[in-house]
Amino acid sequence: MNNTRQTADPIVRYRSISKTFGDLTILHEIDLDIAPAEKVAVIGPSGSGKTTLARLLMTLEEPTSGTIEVNGELLWHKRVNGRLVRADERHLHKMRGNIGMVFQHFNLFPHMNILRNVTEAPIHVLGLPREEAVERAVTMLEKVGLGDKLEAYPSHLSGGQKQRVAIARALVMRPSVMLFDEVTSALDPELVGEVLAVIKEIAREGEMAMMLITHEMDFARDVADRVIFTDGGTIVEEGSPEQIFHDPQSPRLQAFLSRFRAGSGKEVMR
Amino acid sequence: MWSWPFAWQIAPELLRAVQTTIAATLAGFALALVGGLLLAFARRAKPRGVSLAAAGVIEFVRSTPLLVQLYVLFYGLPSAGISLPPFAAGVLGLGIHYSAYLAEVYRSGIESVPRGQWEAATALNFSRRQTWTRIILPQAIRPIIPVLGNYLIVMFKETPVLSAITLVEMLMTAKMIGSASFRYLEAFTLAGMLFFLLSYASSLLIRRLESKLTQR
Repeated sequence: MNNTRQTADPIVRYRSISKTFGDLTILHEIDLDIAPAEKVAVIGPSGSGKTTLARLLMTLEEPTSGTIEVNGELLWHKRVNGRLVRADERHLHKMRGNIGMVFQHFNLFPHMNILRNVTEAPIHVLGLPREEAVERAVTMLEKVGLGDKLEAYPSHLSGGQKQRVAIARALVMRPSVMLFDEVTSALDPELVGEVLAVIKEIAREGEMAMMLITHEMDFARDVADRVIFTDGGTIVEEGSPEQIFHDPQSPRLQAFLSRFRAGSGKEVMR
Repeated sequence: MWSWPFAWQIAPELLRAVQTTIAATLAGFALALVGGLLLAFARRAKPRGVSLAAAGVIEFVRSTPLLVQLYVLFYGLPSAGISLPPFAAGVLGLGIHYSAYLAEVYRSGIESVPRGQWEAATALNFSRRQTWTRIILPQAIRPIIPVLGNYLIVMFKETPVLSAITLVEMLMTAKMIGSASFRYLEAFTLAGMLFFLLSYASSLLIRRLESKLTQR
């Protein structure tokens, strides 16, 4: 499955992507393809660059060098007389339509009720008629289990509910690639399950590619077609969930997984 | 001493003059609201020249007295061929002067909006303009409403300065009544009362607006 996916034309293609802040190297010469509808989990220690990988694709940060293609088209650059130049805001705006993102801290709009949080972009960015946007939003909010909270404001919701609204808000834009950036890391433990369940449900429906940056190993194993382990700004190992979790090759991944298991209180025998 | 009949007699004249005071305040404040926002935008602009120029204007205007600015607008500009009537010069002076203060207020409001809001706006592909008008400004302005309201009242109480450029506002009227009748007590007391009533009423209104907006 892994191999067939990778031979299809990728929807996202990172080529020699590096990102540095001053002397600090966040990402170093990353190559990564994501196939249409593929679900890629990215795991790794904090500071390994996995969040930056998503932020570059969402155009929240600009790569220091290298290129990213989305649907075969350059994201950050334009080709002028055979040379790469930085793309303008107009190009970025066009390209962003393919990409959606859910954030660790939800980032709902606190001055809008739930329905408006979800309809605002479809109406004003996609230009949908209001009735259609509302219909789309209500369907999506029902799907994430919040059909009864349309009039509520974000401050009245639990963290898990906020994150489900944020997922609905990103989904109504119907991106081809959806980025989930540690979406359960800011949640109380008892609220993690409801959010992961919603994401699993969306993943099962299939047609959208997903990049899941996560610390939830069980979740990564269940949802992902492919797991990528990053450390020190590079991709150290990648493979199917079985390979990564049951037969890790590199010492760094082995160390990470054992530390993780010890840290999460699982499989600590001594 | 205090004469009620005289107070009643001069009240209509003062009430007429208070209209000028209110009109100058509101027009000046409207100008300052827009000007302050423009200055705040310019301050944040990418080109360094623009941002430095805005910072310079803000610093300069805040560091010179309103009275001097009014004199320049009213007595200085005519030598450059621009003659403004007292009301226009007064409104312009108040507007410019308070723009500089409001620019800083806007800036604090804008900076109080978390970075995540900008990022969510980008992720949902809002244009720059939409991001400002739909996401950032509504959140930036809400917490600064009390401060804006405070500046409105401060500006209102500073309108007597406009008498220096011959605008017949309330205090000037009181002074004229006093010098014509040699009775200053009633005129100035009434003027003071009117300032108090209007300031207090607007501070109540602002507080209501504030609590209405912060309910969520």
